[in-house]
Amino acid sequence: MSGHVHRDYTGAKFGMWLFLYTEVLLFGGLFILYAVYLARYPQEFVSAGGQLNVWFGGGNTLVLLTSSLFVAVSITALRRGAVRLCQGLLGATVACAALFMVNKFFEWSAKIDHGIYPGSAQLKKLAPGEMVFFNIYYLTTGLHGIHVVIGAAVLIWTMVFIKTGRVHADDWVILENAGLYWHLVDLIWIFIFPLYYLLLH
Amino acid sequence: MTYWAHKKAFPMTEGQSHIIPYRTFILIWATLLILTGVTVAVAQFNLGALNIWVALGIATLKAGLVVAVFMHMKYEQTLFKLALLSALAILAIFIGLTFSDVLYRTP
Amino acid sequence: MTSEQPPAPADRGFFGEARYPGIFGWIFSTDHKRIGLLYLWCIVAFFCVGVLLGLLIRLELFAPGRTIMDAQTYNAVFTLHGVIMIFLFIIPGIPAAFGNLIMPIQLGARDVAFPRLNLLSWWLYISGAGLAVTALFTGGGPPDTGWTFYVPFSAQTSTNVSLATVAVFILGFSSILTGINFVTTIHRLRAEGMTWMRIPLFTWSLYATAWIQILATPVLGITVALLFAERVIGTGLFDPAQGGDPIMFQHLFWIYSHPAVYIMVLPGMGVVSDIVPVFCRKPAFGYKAIVVSSLAIAFAGSLVWAHHMYTSGMSDTAVMVFSFLTFIVAIPSAIKVFNWLATMYQGSILLDPPLLYALSFILLFTIGGLTGLVLGAAAADVHVHDTYFVVGHFHFTMFGGTGMAFFAAMHYWLPKIYGRMYDKTVATVAWGTIFIGFCILYISMKVVGMQGMPRRYWDYVPEFTGLNQLGTFGSWILGIGLVLMFVNLIRGVRSGTPVGANPWGGASLEWQVPSPPPTENFEEDPVVTHGPYDFKKAGIL
Repeated sequence: MSGHVHRDYTGAKFGMWLFLYTEVLLFGGLFILYAVYLARYPQEFVSAGGQLNVWFGGGNTLVLLTSSLFVAVSITALRRGAVRLCQGLLGATVACAALFMVNKFFEWSAKIDHGIYPGSAQLKKLAPGEMVFFNIYYLTTGLHGIHVVIGAAVLIWTMVFIKTGRVHADDWVILENAGLYWHLVDLIWIFIFPLYYLLLH
Repeated sequence: MTYWAHKKAFPMTEGQSHIIPYRTFILIWATLLILTGVTVAVAQFNLGALNIWVALGIATLKAGLVVAVFMHMKYEQTLFKLALLSALAILAIFIGLTFSDVLYRTP
Repeated sequence: MTSEQPPAPADRGFFGEARYPGIFGWIFSTDHKRIGLLYLWCIVAFFCVGVLLGLLIRLELFAPGRTIMDAQTYNAVFTLHGVIMIFLFIIPGIPAAFGNLIMPIQLGARDVAFPRLNLLSWWLYISGAGLAVTALFTGGGPPDTGWTFYVPFSAQTSTNVSLATVAVFILGFSSILTGINFVTTIHRLRAEGMTWMRIPLFTWSLYATAWIQILATPVLGITVALLFAERVIGTGLFDPAQGGDPIMFQHLFWIYSHPAVYIMVLPGMGVVSDIVPVFCRKPAFGYKAIVVSSLAIAFAGSLVWAHHMYTSGMSDTAVMVFSFLTFIVAIPSAIKVFNWLATMYQGSILLDPPLLYALSFILLFTIGGLTGLVLGAAAADVHVHDTYFVVGHFHFTMFGGTGMAFFAAMHYWLPKIYGRMYDKTVATVAWGTIFIGFCILYISMKVVGMQGMPRRYWDYVPEFTGLNQLGTFGSWILGIGLVLMFVNLIRGVRSGTPVGANPWGGASLEWQVPSPPPTENFEEDPVVTHGPYDFKKAGIL
């Protein structure tokens, strides 16, 4: 408010964390469904999960973990005054996001080429548990993909702020919060990867 | 600690938190990559129902590292940690109580 | 409503200063009081629409068979009545309107923690409301699923459920952002000396509510998103033909919607907890117990969702678990009721309109809560499930509870916000009319439900005619009372007699700033030296 400027960093960060909890619970709904259907169709989840390509999932895991490193380091860089390094790292993070989405595009395309997508005639020939698996796979990774795109957009927006000097070594909470959001995207994927791509037995 | 209490205790340092060195981040990143390798390797063995629990355990460990260091939870006030625990506890309760139906339902 | 400028005598407070001219000074304002008033009048407007729809439902049920509308229209009308009352009135009602208006002042803050986010919440609310209205006139016609959107019907009906789910998603997002804002504000922006045990009970109840908003609402978001996906791209997670489980929809829906019941009622309890001490001139009895019970309700309310599903076909184990847990929630609710009564004991009671509404909250909510025990017991619930007994029950808790608390809050705080007092005699008459109409309407529903009349039916057997006609008469009395109350309130805020800073003799901070409050609430940051109900130290007694 005008005339009353205070920078409550702790408050801003706390607000961001509260928002992250809502994201956890949003994905939590999907994880509840996953748990329920896994308990009901253990065999079918293995037979369907085995059809996912572990290289796509594993590769994207590496991409996201590395991007998370870049964001974490970028905050230290900014606070130490290394603005160019910070911008470079954020740029690299956005590139990782793009790489992730390209990967995802090829992965989904391959599945869709085989006729496996929600509502397809091919899908409806599968066993019920396998149908459930692919439906929840598309929904979960799709929702996660949306978050990757939003996270990248937020990071680009932060880069603009750094460029214009609104975010700097003494006032970096926007970068911190953008980083927190990006780490959340990584966190969700840390759980998605083993639950969907490593169902081998 | 409220804004006022904090401002009185640390007049110049409101929100100035610990700067984490690059090296710590890189170590954590390397650990995360190793754990990813471990989880892929373990998945190749048939441990029966244990597979999913091992996978979840490793994922939780990885998530814990990301939260504690990358997201600086280690350096935040107790309030942040309590809030995180509440959110996770509620999610666990939602899943657990749902299973009181799912596990015992006779179709 | 908004752009008019009440010519208050001395100082127009926050009505005077605006960054933009005219209406833009309201819809782009980040002042928590302006946003609160935007919410308030939008919510009142939607409430009036909801009441009209309710009156239409009662009119249709005046006689068996077709009375004024066909069955499909009837389905759309009760769905709309539910959606508007739940998502546009009760959930945002007290937290978004009075929470925004009063909570920062009660804490001694100049605004909420994230003022621009607060404005965004209102915009999301209005956008969601707009989409919900759009859903009526587009696609396959107004949704006819009931406000609960149960699959498989909601996944298959040709009516415009898809757009309605988008609207609910956006409204949920608005609610989440308000919750985040309030929790952060209460943690970070308390004035010097405002310790946790000096926070007024209204703000405490908002704190508990905000946590539910944060932790439960996202589950509703994903549930309606999955329903949307099922309708639009055929993902079929709830479709048995694709291996899905329709009961899981009910689980996810109630994981939010039961805690949401406490989003609706906890702030109402907070209003009552603030009003009772002031009009009895006694400190709140059991302040700490009321605080703890608010938090306990918020937590325990998250454990009981499947008591809406006893007859859904879920496992008997779950029925027993949830029936047992349901009874636990009764304990903290009862703690509050006993504390309110103990506060009144030997107090010098002033029967002003805010207290009358608060007292009707206590009575009606207690009746609603006790009938809730009938429904919480699985064996009894099987018999009255989906009858008018349930409809009567939740109207007692939601309307008799939250609705009355909303009216109490309007009578208590509007003189503060506008600096003008309504006519107390008319307000008392309106209260009596509402109370009588309410009892006739909803008690007749409970009785006819006990006799076996199912809810949501367009037609009924002739045996039920008498009680239905009695209920419809009650609805008319209720409607007259509401009109009287709103006309009186609106006349009051426009041209009532000016009041000073503290018309009721309250001891919490909002009564120490002028009426209407200035733009940033306080000339200087206040220092709090006593509790919110310490009338002696505040110089009231």
